[in-house]
Amino acid sequence: MDTLLQQILNGLTLGGIYGLVALGLTLVYGILHVPNFAHGAFYMVGAFVSFHAMNAWGWNYWVAMAASALAVAALAVASERLVFHPLRKASGIHPMIAAIGVLLFLEAAAQALWGADFQRMQTPYTAIVDLGGITAPAQRLLIIAAAFALMVALHLFLTRTTTGATIIAMAQNREGASLVGIDAHRVAMLTFAISGALAAVAATLYAPINLVYPAMGHLVITKAFVIIILGGMGSVPGAIAGGLIIGFAESFGAYYVSTDYKDIIAFVLLVVILSMRPQGLFAKRGH
Amino acid sequence: MRRFIDSHAAWGLLLAAGLAFPWATGNDYHLTVMSTAYIFAIATLGLNLITGYTGQLNLAHAGFMAVGAYTVGILTVDHGWTFWGALALSGAVCVALGWFIGIVSLRLKGHYFSIFTLCVGYIMFLVIEKWESLTHGTVGIMGIPAPEPIGALAFESPLALYYLMLAFLVLAVWVMRRIVKSLLGRTFIAIRNGDELAEALGINLMRNKVLAFQLSVCYAGLAGGLYAGFVRFIGPGVAGVEHTFDMMIFMLVGGLGTVLGPLLGALAMPWLTQSLQFLQEYRFIVFGPILVALVIFLPHGVVGSFLAWQARRDAKEGKPHAQD
Repeated sequence: MDTLLQQILNGLTLGGIYGLVALGLTLVYGILHVPNFAHGAFYMVGAFVSFHAMNAWGWNYWVAMAASALAVAALAVASERLVFHPLRKASGIHPMIAAIGVLLFLEAAAQALWGADFQRMQTPYTAIVDLGGITAPAQRLLIIAAAFALMVALHLFLTRTTTGATIIAMAQNREGASLVGIDAHRVAMLTFAISGALAAVAATLYAPINLVYPAMGHLVITKAFVIIILGGMGSVPGAIAGGLIIGFAESFGAYYVSTDYKDIIAFVLLVVILSMRPQGLFAKRGH
Repeated sequence: MRRFIDSHAAWGLLLAAGLAFPWATGNDYHLTVMSTAYIFAIATLGLNLITGYTGQLNLAHAGFMAVGAYTVGILTVDHGWTFWGALALSGAVCVALGWFIGIVSLRLKGHYFSIFTLCVGYIMFLVIEKWESLTHGTVGIMGIPAPEPIGALAFESPLALYYLMLAFLVLAVWVMRRIVKSLLGRTFIAIRNGDELAEALGINLMRNKVLAFQLSVCYAGLAGGLYAGFVRFIGPGVAGVEHTFDMMIFMLVGGLGTVLGPLLGALAMPWLTQSLQFLQEYRFIVFGPILVALVIFLPHGVVGSFLAWQARRDAKEGKPHAQD
């Protein structure tokens, strides 16, 4: 029973992180219809900025997280302006290849600035909390709380505010949104900023129980792609549900099947599901 | 001029340059760099068939190259096969695997296909890394034998290996040109230009896409097999997605959907990397922005843009011009 609860806790932790990363990816896909391969690099840069702010400048964990969210949001907006905006009319594989160019650049830059070594990020929350029989490191509980609080906040922003509604409108119908006077450029920049900030926060939350290194975004971004395909590209609830599915599949798979192969589980799940339902689990129609 | 760069004379000139290269350098290190470039050029030609001609970006291409390399590695080292037997099988294994992966993945369109193959590439990498009893895990396979002599031709020296790789590249280019000039090649181009359009012409989409995919990964598998025999050591890193990205850059610099473009890209870029030796680790700081700039400003690559310019000039002068 205890191990079961422990696995549920792990699943929620992973699901929260994956969900945050996938949300940013799915929002950008909804607006631009570009699978942003550079999103994993945004995640990695977020972790390094927080790490640097805490280690070199001695900033507080939360201040570093906020600074990193701002920095990565700015980076994401810059990449939208310089790379994706000029390519918005290009079709097919060109925007995808440009995104890969951004990814390669950011990884090499991070390696030049911070080195290829694995770094460990400190956290102010090292306590072990005892929850009626099951023990949990405080950082994990913090991840779960913060991730799901952010998801609720994002949901409220998208559904209850006019600015948020413009993003939804753009995702639903680009021409229609322009017709009612929504500025497409502003919405695209806003969406990139939100997606970058979410990636940076996710990375800063997860880094203390993981490691910080230039290639840290690879697996996370690939899993985030699996999640948004499962949940339907561009769907916000789908990204959260997909994040939890993959999170639980991994934590239970690692425990009951094999730790060696836990990273494969998400991909095998994707291959199996897409083989049977090419349009994804929740999507109503294929593309 | 246009007719020149696609003529027998131009290809002959390239071949002559390839044959004369060892006399121009006389340096084993340069021979090794060039031979490696030839191997990756073969794989890049394959990637170009599915991506440049058929319009499907396959991100598992390096994975298939690794499957070919490991086929040769495992069969020669653990099972005592000859290199040539194993090499023949490396292409066949990829064609068979490509059929299974093709019929599943090619039902997906556009981005879904790319993301799916990205995941397939990861699965290949992780399986190679974790399945120690078959693949020797992270240690890799060492001591792969060099290609056995054929008659009086021995392949021990770098010079002999260089000519062997050149011969395979020439064969690969010749077959690829036969494919893309044939009805089959035009069928692939029709699919790239639009699924619906191609279907309206009576093209069986799925069968042709799977065929293009199999041919493409066959090139990757054979290139992988040659790589194993040439470097004689392989590790799971061969399957890394960075190799696919490298090949994508070669293809894009030269020009998608031409035979000459990816070939020139694959031969020129390694030398550029060599000359930026001090940047080795950080080469993508330069290549990343180059890739982005190419996609934005020169989406058809060097060769593609030249051909387009040539076609426009011909059209202005009212000359008839041959379709590629």
